[in-house]
Amino acid sequence: MTPPWRISVQAQDFDPGVEIEALRSAAAGAIVSFVGVARDLSDGFPVDRITLEHYAEMTERSLEEIVRQAQARWSLTQVRLIHRYGELRAGERIVLVATASSHREHAFDACRFIIDCLKTQAPFWKQESGRLGSRWVEARDSDETAHQQWSGTPDAVRPQR
Amino acid sequence: MLDRGGIDQQTANGNEMQLTILYFARMREAMGRTREVVQLPPTVTSLGQLRGWLISRGEPWSSAFSHVQPLRAALDLVVSGDDAVLRDGAEVAFFPPVTGG
Repeated sequence: MTPPWRISVQAQDFDPGVEIEALRSAAAGAIVSFVGVARDLSDGFPVDRITLEHYAEMTERSLEEIVRQAQARWSLTQVRLIHRYGELRAGERIVLVATASSHREHAFDACRFIIDCLKTQAPFWKQESGRLGSRWVEARDSDETAHQQWSGTPDAVRPQR
Repeated sequence: MLDRGGIDQQTANGNEMQLTILYFARMREAMGRTREVVQLPPTVTSLGQLRGWLISRGEPWSSAFSHVQPLRAALDLVVSGDDAVLRDGAEVAFFPPVTGG
């Protein structure tokens, strides 16, 4: 039996329209998607390109664990997760999270849960480069806070923000 | 109780642990390498002890481990704390907090 998710870690770009459309089915009344894009300005630091390094073996395992948790917590017909690595220019897509469910609350919450978990758990590291030089992106406390708000009793309710 | 004689016997037979260590991002740069294979002395059995032992070896470990803070570790692909117990053939990775997504 095919698991109700597809996870890809890849260097190449993806087409969000194609990926989202692939989740459409008569059982899925709601499809929610998040697309993360490389910004050209990061806390005042001008960015031309980013380099995404990752720990390949651990990445696969980590992303699958996050999606498994989402599947256990919400009623989802399908999950699609794509994360890119390597060198990307500002404005390029980095990540796609798409969730499909019979109910929109489940699709919305699961999508946000997955990106919040990914930000603090998946072994990726971003280096930004621009006219002022190169620097490694620092982990943000706000990302950790966003992730922690999902801890507690499994339910389909959005955390207090 | 551990049988000390038994442990000494293992060491004498060349059964000390061997680990592969991987470094990522700023830690990779500080170490000037992506990976290394190390033979552990029998006193090093946990992740915390491994960290201390690497630092005690001098450069580049001592500078890298003190300058790259905070530093996380994974043992066999699972993020782990200092108490995690090492095993022969394990893969350990050291890296800064993750910044993907």
